[in-house]
Amino acid sequence: MSGRLLRAFAGFAGTLFAVSVVSFLLIALLPGDLALLILADSATPERVAALRAELGLDRPLPIRYLMWLGNVLQGDFGRGIHSGEPTLQVILSRLPVTIELIVLTQILALVLSIPGGIWSAYRRGSALDHGTLVASIALLSVPPFVLALAMIYFFALQLQWLPATGFVSLSESVVENLESIAMPVAALALVEVPVYLRMLRSEMVTTLQQNFVALARGMGLPTWRILFVNAFKPSSLGLITVVGINMGRLMGGAIIVETMFALPGVGQLLVESIYQQEYQVTQGIVLFVAFAFILINLATDVVYVLVDPRLARDGEA
Amino acid sequence: MSRAPLGYRLSLAWLALVAFAALAAPWLPIADPLRQSLPDMLAAPGAGRWFGADSLGRDVFARTVHGFRVTLAVSFGSVLLALVFGGALGIVAGYFRGWVERTIMTAVNVLLAFPPLVLVIAMVAYPGNALLKVIVALGIVFVPSVTRIARAGTLRLAALDFVTAARAAGMGHARMLWRELLPNLVPSLLAFGLLMLAVAALAEAGLSFLGLGVPPPTPTIGSMMAGEQSRALDAPHAVFLPALALFLTIFALNLVGEELRRRVDGRGGQA
Repeated sequence: MSGRLLRAFAGFAGTLFAVSVVSFLLIALLPGDLALLILADSATPERVAALRAELGLDRPLPIRYLMWLGNVLQGDFGRGIHSGEPTLQVILSRLPVTIELIVLTQILALVLSIPGGIWSAYRRGSALDHGTLVASIALLSVPPFVLALAMIYFFALQLQWLPATGFVSLSESVVENLESIAMPVAALALVEVPVYLRMLRSEMVTTLQQNFVALARGMGLPTWRILFVNAFKPSSLGLITVVGINMGRLMGGAIIVETMFALPGVGQLLVESIYQQEYQVTQGIVLFVAFAFILINLATDVVYVLVDPRLARDGEA
Repeated sequence: MSRAPLGYRLSLAWLALVAFAALAAPWLPIADPLRQSLPDMLAAPGAGRWFGADSLGRDVFARTVHGFRVTLAVSFGSVLLALVFGGALGIVAGYFRGWVERTIMTAVNVLLAFPPLVLVIAMVAYPGNALLKVIVALGIVFVPSVTRIARAGTLRLAALDFVTAARAAGMGHARMLWRELLPNLVPSLLAFGLLMLAVAALAEAGLSFLGLGVPPPTPTIGSMMAGEQSRALDAPHAVFLPALALFLTIFALNLVGEELRRRVDGRGGQA
């Protein structure tokens, strides 16, 4: 086990603990009485007091945190106030949609930005390079929901190629599933492309100036092979980092896009939980998403070492 | 270096225009953004009504101008908060090093572990003034990146001769931070701040669109689009003209921020 990975795992455990404290406090410190909220109209002072005792709301915060953490570790994230459904199961049932959305978005964004980034680095300073810079800044300036609305307007309302909203699950029909998720994926991916493209371009520009590229060219290797194989691999570290970090940004984008297109994912659930004051669900999602996000960052560190084994020894990126 | 590109100058002009219109909105000779008028329902853009009317017959241009007041307040408020707190934390971490730095950076990294919008939405659940909540929530999620930039800058500066000289001359900590380090960090922090303004404006629009921002009747660009999206086919102007104005503003902010950062860094091309 290398030093870099060990430190990553130690940091992982520490961050997890801190994240759980923040997730707990974020909702525990909300003013308003959960017991009162649950009982609503049937609230009498005695029943409120009894429920508060049952939920542990009358105990001091540190004890409540430990009780909550104990439950969470056993997979009990609490129950919805209105629905009574276990929170964890609700989140898990919404998860596949969000994962499909984010994975397809990353794939589309990479498919669009890798050739673009390599090409503008290869032809840097050209009109094409300058054009991609301006287009990148323009795309960065469009809110994802505006892009999504524009797509709904053209492709769903005007041309009627795609359904405007609604979701068909993969198990029902693969084609209809892809149709229902095409616009959300495109709206999210187009906003990510400039970030990836500029990142790859700037690293690629440095790589292309190195001796081994000149050597490969001298050996007569075809240009596409030098660009897409020899030079791409050492240039991809920054891209990997950004793809990892962007998972969090995408989660944010997913919240908006899922709500717009009525996709039954975790993001839509989060917004619903705020509207309906289902704060245990909010808390569960915050904790769950942060946890997933930390895992992804850890995975990014592991991929780093796989791509560049020297990092395992140096311990520094 | 000294020649300012055309796009940069146009962007500055547009930003000045938007800022003036938003600040002066109540005194400008434009329609009342809240006045409903059924005969004008979904009226198309035309003379005297540049952006047309929405589904309640309200003037979309006036609502857009007034909506920018919220955009402006949220972007400047949250970025200012982040610059002050993040800047202070970063300088202190980079200057004192040791356990101070470890404590600050650990806290910052914990904050970074949450996807920003998820954290903001959870914070917006708190009761209180909506405008203030959005400003504070966005300010908090911006703090980590400012802290990192300020710390990195301080580490770089602290190794330079003038800091060593000032220390040898017996300069105290407070004076050193305030008089020597802070002024040298301001340019890079401000350049980053401009780019953050753009991110804040985007985030505010997203929150308002979700109905988690400043509530009606106050017009915001996001809530205007959310309210009119179901009638986009009959009246695209009510949805897309405010969006266009928002896009141009954020585009201008990004162009200016990019240009300033290039000047501060003294090197171009980096994403």
